[in-house]
Order: sequence, then structure tokens, then C-alpha cells
Amino acid sequence: MVEDSLLRVEDLGVSFATEDGVVRAVDGVSFTVHRGEVVAIVGESGSGKSVSVMTLMGLTRGPNARFEGTAWFEGRDLISAADAELHKVRGAEIAMVFQDPMSSLDPVYRVGDQIVEQIRVHEPGTTKAQALDRAVELMERVGIPHAGDRLRSYPHEFSGGMRQRVMIAMALSCSPKLLIADEPTTALDVTVQAQILDELRQLRDDTGAGIILVTHDLGVVADIADRIVVMYAGRVVEQGTLDEIFYDPQHPYTWGLLGSITRVDRDRSQRLPAIAGQPPSLLAPPHGCHFRPRCPHAFKRCVEVPALIARVREAPGHLDRCWLSLEHKRGLRVVGDQIGLVSGEAVAP
Amino acid sequence: MLRFTIRRLIAAAGVLVVISILTFMIFQIIPNGDPAIRIAGRTANQAEIAQVRHEWGFDRPVYVQYVKTMGKIFTGTVVSYSQGVNVLDSIRQGLPATLSLAIGAGIIWLGLGILFGVITAVKAGRFTDRALTVLAFIGVSSPPFFLGALAIYYAGYKAGIIPLAGYVPLTQNPAQWFTHLIAPWLVLSVLFIGIYSRVLRSTILDTVHEDYVRTARAKGLSDRQVLVRHTLRNSLIPIVSLWGLDFAQVIGGGAILTESVFSLHGVGQFAADSIQRLDVPPVMVVTMLTAFFVVLLGAVVDIIYALLDPRIRLSA
Repeated sequence: MVEDSLLRVEDLGVSFATEDGVVRAVDGVSFTVHRGEVVAIVGESGSGKSVSVMTLMGLTRGPNARFEGTAWFEGRDLISAADAELHKVRGAEIAMVFQDPMSSLDPVYRVGDQIVEQIRVHEPGTTKAQALDRAVELMERVGIPHAGDRLRSYPHEFSGGMRQRVMIAMALSCSPKLLIADEPTTALDVTVQAQILDELRQLRDDTGAGIILVTHDLGVVADIADRIVVMYAGRVVEQGTLDEIFYDPQHPYTWGLLGSITRVDRDRSQRLPAIAGQPPSLLAPPHGCHFRPRCPHAFKRCVEVPALIARVREAPGHLDRCWLSLEHKRGLRVVGDQIGLVSGEAVAP
Repeated sequence: MLRFTIRRLIAAAGVLVVISILTFMIFQIIPNGDPAIRIAGRTANQAEIAQVRHEWGFDRPVYVQYVKTMGKIFTGTVVSYSQGVNVLDSIRQGLPATLSLAIGAGIIWLGLGILFGVITAVKAGRFTDRALTVLAFIGVSSPPFFLGALAIYYAGYKAGIIPLAGYVPLTQNPAQWFTHLIAPWLVLSVLFIGIYSRVLRSTILDTVHEDYVRTARAKGLSDRQVLVRHTLRNSLIPIVSLWGLDFAQVIGGGAILTESVFSLHGVGQFAADSIQRLDVPPVMVVTMLTAFFVVLLGAVVDIIYALLDPRIRLSA
């Protein structure tokens, strides 16, 4: 398992100095991505999931940012790597697809030229004609019809779904070993979402690349992920395989997330369950477990930070940060059709 | 494109009519506006003044005077009240100096404005940015007659590296043309450099937060490539429209102060002298000329806009 690990993030920490004080956006995040594996990072807005993956690419670097920990990728640490070295990794070995395809392409260049730009930055020997041929191939591969003609179109002449395909084609242009997709389907129609996920799955099967999928949508995760990392307020609160997270979730926050999935078979007389309260401010996070103020099961010990360790004996890869005992948890949570965070406020009539 | 051109031409005609009426009316309203008294001379008696008034048609209704003046302008026969010389000839004489001033200064202020804008944006918050910001504000608040006087005194009179005043045609002596114009170019450019660098700085600082700039970085482009190809390329669009309108103003004789301080005898200085003499026909012609260039450059700017930003279509 160690040999085929592509990316190993250990104790990643990111803080930003702001006018109001230091914001600890990411706090001790660890996870591993293997070749040909789709790892989903799940959490609500502000949980630090986007900052974590952008930090891997060096996109959060700036005078106000501080980093801790390591991220080993192909024998080098991405966190301490020099800018010049990261420029070679970005776009070539690690590529990224962003959330909003409407604004992620430069409006003043033809899409073909934007793909060509990336190819030629990393392969200076390629002629423009060769790069354009490759751009057509890439666009056909991600399902853009009439790719040869569409090459000369500007981004505003494409629909949102087609623009996201262009972004994926661009990300694939240098055959990256790791693809990071940051909420790639959030801004798209539901029908288009499924198509884009199919493209990602196809890509993983074809190239054996590892994929990190950042999302807040557990529906998307169930479709495609092999393993899931759940983040809350800058920390990983639980991680495990798809089955472990969906059928044996250990952290009360994960219960809450699973309970708030919209389902057509749920009784409509009930309101959609929500987790009561607000995520904490990362300027002054609560002591101990960050979920403590919102957790109906919090007890004395929760003022200490629980370590991210395996707590289920049969599943050594299933890690979580919760002090509750296994028996206690299995008694508290409701499994099966009605899995969710049980609390009076959450399930209002 | 044809529709665009036709609509712009109609708009230009409309602007010229309105501008000329306004200019003409101003001289009807201001006190001591009666040109007959000045044309007749200081020693003239009432009868002579009345005769002049009748000969020049100043006793006709205002709209008749306006139509007659406009007719003379478009047939090229309009003469000034004070000297009786053909106005279009005077402007034609002043145009080479004004064009030389406008083109040279236009290039300088666009180039330096972009350069300082990029430097202050890249170094935002640091010493270079703050120093250039202070300089820009000094530049914006320094009138050309003050800067011009400083330049003539120190570089001309004390150091002797530039001539004190005047204009030498390019065709006559290119080196002299250059030395006579270098100070006016810089003095005229200072204000615009200050404005353009501030506008570009803030546009760049907005653009760097755009998602497509983040995409460009994620593609593995170097910082310089991201800046030039994506950030700057998108930030230059508002600068183009500023430049078009400012350049049109100067070409149409708008640089009155700079032209007068350096005695360039261009269109602007001609306009300034005519205003002093309350001489209606030259002022009308220069005002209309400026308006014409503003409308023309406005259309050119729109065309360049459409080339720079494919989302913009030439419609209006």
C-alpha cells in the first residue's frame, strides 16, 4: 500500500494573517492518495477543503500565508518546494479543475489557444500545429462535439457544461498523475453533473491517475469515490472507504452530513434535517473538538483534541476524531434509511 | 460594421450640431459680447458701429447668424472677427504642431502610465508602490503652466539643454523638432501618467483575483507569463478607452495650457488667443474640431474594444 501511494499529506497546516488576526484555515490534515484512486474530500463551506488542495499546488502562497507539514508527491515535498519547481509540477504532473467553469477560462482567448498554452509551457519543443492537434484529440476525448471547429470558439460561446469539459481537457493535456477537481460539478445542471463525473471516472480508468475530488455533495461522492475524507473547521474528522463512511460512520458530524442528503423517498411532511448551529470562526476556534459546540453528544472529554486514529478494530484504515466509545456511538446513531444526527432541533416537524 | 459606421456618423453629426449651437449661444449671452463694437474700432461713432453691425449681419436674428456662420464654416470661407483672416487656414497652420505634441505625448503617457501601473500593482503595499503613488498624486495635481514654467526655467534657461519656446517643423529639422517638443511632451504627459497608472493599478489588483488568473497559475505558467498574458491583457481594456478620449482632446486643440506655455502656436494656442479676443468663428471651429475628434476616436476605441474583448460586439 505504501509503494503505490502517489500523494501523502502529513499534518498539513495553513494559516493566514488577516486584519482580524490569524485564521487557521487548515489544521493538521493528513491523507493519502494512491494511483488510480478517487479520494473525496467532503465538508461544508469554510471547512478548509479547497485551501488544502490549493496549497498542494502552491496556489495559496503569499506574504500572509504560513504553512506546516509535508505533502510528498513523487519524491518531493510540495509544501517546501521552491516556486520554480512547483511551476514544473503545476499543470504537468498535478492538474486542477475548478468550481466555476463560467469564470475559470480567460474570456479573451480562444479555448484551443488556452489548451495549447498549457501544452507548450511544459513541452517547449512542441509546435503550435502539433499542440492544436492534441487539443482537438483532448476535446474529443472529453465529449466536445465538432472539436476541430470549437477549438476556435471563445469561452463565452460555450455552455457551462462544455466549458467544464474544456477545463478537464486542459487539465488532461499533459497527462497528469494527479487530478484535483475542486467542486467540479457544483455550478452545473444535475444532468450535466452526471456526465462530468462519468468523464472523471473514465479518465481514472484510462490513465490510472489519482483523483482528489473536493465537494460538499455526498451524492457526488457516493457515485465515484473510493475513499472519503470528511473535513470540519480545518480538520479531518473522519476518513475511510466509501462503505465505511456510508455504513459505519464514526463521527457525529459525518452522521449529520449523511442525514442532510436530500432524498426523494423521505417523508415530505418532515423538514430536511439540518445540523443545528453554525461552523465555528477559525479566528477563535473552540477548545478541543471543533464540532463540540454543535454536537448533541458532547461530554467532558471533548475539550481535549481527539487524535485522528483508527478506532474500529476491524477497519485499520478507518480513522476518526471522536472520544465517544464505539458501543456508545453505535447506540446513538440511527443507521440505515434514517441515518442522521439525532437531536431535537435537527428534525423539526 | 456598415451599420456601426452609419450610426456613428449620424451620432457625430448630432454632436457637432449641439456643440456648435451651445458655443454660439455662449457668445450671445456673455456681457460685452457685441463684436460690432470691437470690429469697428475704438474711435468709431454710433453710426459706424451700426454700419459694421449691418455689414456683418449682426442685426439679423440669432438663428440666421448661426446658420450663416455654419454655412461659412462648411464652405471654408469663415474669417475671424479680429483679424479678418481665414480661420481654417490658421488651424491648418497650427495643426502640425498640435499633431506632433499629441502623438508624441500620447505615446509617452500611454507607455509610462502602463509601466508605472504595472510596477505599482506588482509591488502593491511596498515602498516602490508608495513612492510612486505619492509621485502620481503630485503629477495629477501639478498644472501644466507650473510644470512648464519649471521646465523652461531649469532645463531651458539655467541648464540650456532645451530651447526656451517655439516649434520647428519635423520636415525642416528633425533634431530641432525633437528638442523643441521633448519638454512639452513630458509636461503634458505628467497628468495622464498619474491617472493611467492609478487606474491600471487598481484594475490589475482586481483582475489578479479572477478565477481565470488562478487557472493560468494552475497551468504552470511563470509569474511573468501570468501577468503579461492574462492579468495585464484583461486589465488594459479600460485604459484603451481612456486613452482614446484624452488623445482626441489633445489632437483637437485641448492642450491649451501646454501649447501656450511653450508657444507652440498650435491649434490650442490659437483657440486660447481667440477666446481672449471673444472671437466667435475660430472658437466655434476649434470646439467643433475637438468634438469631431472625440466622436471619431470614440468609434475607434469601440472597434479596438471589440478586438481586445471578444465578448463585445459592435452594436450601437
